Amino acid sequence: MTRPRKQIHLAAHFPGVNNTTVWSDPRSGSHIDFASFVHLARTAERAKFDFFFLAEGLRLREYNGRIHDLDVVGRPDTFTVLAALAAVTDRLGLAGTINSTFNEPFEVARQFATLDHLSAGRAAWNVVTSWDAFTGENFRRGGFLPQDQRYERAETFLRTATELFDSWRGDEIAADADAGVFLRDPAAGAFRHEDAHFAVRGRFSVPRSPQGRPVILQAGDSDGGREFAASSADAIFTGHNTLEAGRAFHADVKRRLARYGRARDDLKVLPAATFVLGDTDAEAEELAREVTLAQHSGPTALRFLEQVWNRDLSGYDPDGPLPDVDPVDGENTVVQGRASVRLFRDRLATAREWRARAEGEGLSIRQLVVALSGGQTFVGSPATVADRIDALVQADAADGFILVPHLTPGGLDPFADRVVPLLQERGVFRADYTGTTLREHLDLPPLPAPGGGRTGGRSGDVAASRA
Amino acid sequence: MAPRPPLHLAVALDGAGWHPAAWRAPDARPRDLFTAGYWRDLVTEAERGLLDLVTIEDGLALQSADPFRPDDRTDAVRGRLDAVLVAARVAPLTRHVGLVPTVVATHTEPFHVSKAIATLDHVSLGRAGVRVRISARPDEAALFGRRAVPPLDPRGPLAPDQEQLVADLLDEAGDHVEVQRRLWDSWEDDAEIRDAATGRFIDRDRLHYIDFIGRRFSVKGPSITPRPPQGQPVVAVLAHTEPVVRLGARVADVVLVTPRDAADAARLVALVRREQEAAGRGGETVHVLADVAVLLDASPAAARDRREHLDELAGDLVPAGYTGDDAHLVTGTAAELADLLLEWQDAGVSGFRLRPATLPHDLEAVTRALVPLLQDRGAFRQGYATSTLRGHLGLARPANRYATA
Repeated sequence: MTRPRKQIHLAAHFPGVNNTTVWSDPRSGSHIDFASFVHLARTAERAKFDFFFLAEGLRLREYNGRIHDLDVVGRPDTFTVLAALAAVTDRLGLAGTINSTFNEPFEVARQFATLDHLSAGRAAWNVVTSWDAFTGENFRRGGFLPQDQRYERAETFLRTATELFDSWRGDEIAADADAGVFLRDPAAGAFRHEDAHFAVRGRFSVPRSPQGRPVILQAGDSDGGREFAASSADAIFTGHNTLEAGRAFHADVKRRLARYGRARDDLKVLPAATFVLGDTDAEAEELAREVTLAQHSGPTALRFLEQVWNRDLSGYDPDGPLPDVDPVDGENTVVQGRASVRLFRDRLATAREWRARAEGEGLSIRQLVVALSGGQTFVGSPATVADRIDALVQADAADGFILVPHLTPGGLDPFADRVVPLLQERGVFRADYTGTTLREHLDLPPLPAPGGGRTGGRSGDVAASRA
Repeated sequence: MAPRPPLHLAVALDGAGWHPAAWRAPDARPRDLFTAGYWRDLVTEAERGLLDLVTIEDGLALQSADPFRPDDRTDAVRGRLDAVLVAARVAPLTRHVGLVPTVVATHTEPFHVSKAIATLDHVSLGRAGVRVRISARPDEAALFGRRAVPPLDPRGPLAPDQEQLVADLLDEAGDHVEVQRRLWDSWEDDAEIRDAATGRFIDRDRLHYIDFIGRRFSVKGPSITPRPPQGQPVVAVLAHTEPVVRLGARVADVVLVTPRDAADAARLVALVRREQEAAGRGGETVHVLADVAVLLDASPAAARDRREHLDELAGDLVPAGYTGDDAHLVTGTAAELADLLLEWQDAGVSGFRLRPATLPHDLEAVTRALVPLLQDRGAFRQGYATSTLRGHLGLARPANRYATA
């Protein structure tokens, strides 16, 4: 017996403040004007995507003590722009990355519950944690965490927020004008939570939202991150977008679910992916080379190396050989505000490895960085890209993808126009939305409502939660 | 006599309206309070009436009959949505009306609030404002669990330590606004250069650290969000006491006051002007808007009957009958209200923030009855002449405090 073909889940990532975004392209528009957000969100909704995704960064990046100026800089407030997008879309999920270090559970829960009401059940929360004092300089507590406490912080923050979401069951509002009864329960919203991070109590002020709580996304790749996702997330955002790495990751996180009494389909694996389309595969390959080169200018290549060297390398020629000096070991003081610096644990070894490769293959700094970047995830004609995406999903290397266009705001348009129809023809991607909530789009089981009943999922009764 | 300057008119939106029994009025929509459609309908109605702005009330605690302590009543509206997000949700559905959500300064992050209001300004193309308030309730502090606040009822005489507490909270709110404002200016308007020749997206010399150091928080900056379209969104403060008037005169563009009558309005305007002068802002436009609660019908008797009926429904929620809370209440016709507004305008206020007793009834009475009457008297605009909130209020787009050129 063959199993039915898996349905693909797709999300659109608003291009971020890193070198993936080719701002120098004449077609590249504003990253701040609301019109750009509307364009991408409407394209994603027209293509029946599951959700729209916003990343986060709460302090502008710095290199050598100066604000990084080579990539797109600046972004709007996540909650505010998602609430505004709820007005110009009907079905598209609205996912925001919100930090658990520089926020309090009461506020975040209130904002997500509000967003879920205002979008009629389309909110999602990508839970992240920072530990750097650099970002903390913008906030009251300036707080930073020991790195090994970051998942503990994220878990306890999410647990606390969940208690707030669950402090309303969903049936409290009678609004019976004749009887004069607005609330059925005089203690609606009551909560009390104490642990090492939070001691909060009172009454939560937002009645239960259509989904019960936002869909939870998680993006950590470490063992702790995977475990957190397995215990608490509805979808995991990863970088493993090739067949082998994807299958290994997929199998690993799915295996962890049983330990928390969760089914295999309760957590969706959604790798991030870039794409370049052409009329033919050859044309796409050529375009992809151009895009990759544009993403890695000489100065950008030097900044990339600084993540490992931890030195100011601006004196080096990007078209020349790798720096002859060794990296400075210890805390990276040159590059601030980039999560990616932690990928390079042993900088001296990494530098040795890169030097050997550059010498062996005769690569300049820039050529090495282009080679290291791995280029674009999906390159080819629409048919080739549709094949590849479908093959990866059917092979359980992923349950879908979060697509990152390299152009704002029109970068997703060709994908929507040319690839999505092919996936629909194959019967692996929805021809239209069948539900109204993001939980329904992601085919997630309805949440058990506290005190009985279910809200907002596959067979959930949205109306019941809206009293 | 010089022609009358046009009035500025705002409406304060809160739940089903300001009367505690508003949710039981025949046209009330108590089941819709947590839906986007409800707020869209109210704000588009305000825009149809050419109002300068709407404010959206907010607070940390669940509502209570006594605004200074929690209760467990079930006979009035409980629960509300975050006001900034409500404003953002209606922004793309409107084109002119100003959107001024309430934000609590006491436990919140000025960095987050600043970029949220800047973003509201971006998504509304220049119509954002923010009304800043403090929280002096222990039960609200417990929602955050970061600091203790002793119980306090600002309606009575305050002990010296309580006065100090209020003063500290107001200072903190002042710092909060200062940080918001510096962050709005932390990007110069032309900071994004996209210079392909040098590969630079921004000119970092046109981005600025704000380096704010205060008692309750320090903030480095710059903002992650570029300067909003208005440069500086409009800041409002509602003041009942002299220390709050002082704060408003120091940091706000709009000071909301609650006069009892025209003479009181004149006194409050003079107080704002004096404090404005003392704060070194004598040359700046600071609007004084008077808050007035309104319960309007076609005849005085109909209004009185409606009020009596609502009071009866409210029972002991309003032991002595609804008086408009802290604001003066007008129960009557739109023409009577128009007379009062023009009289108070002559006393020096530049406009009003009207608090509809019930929604949508009293909002529609404002937009469909009061506004045409004021227009007939040449006291209110016939159409929007500008598309930004600062524009409606006659406030120029300010220069950036950090710009050198």
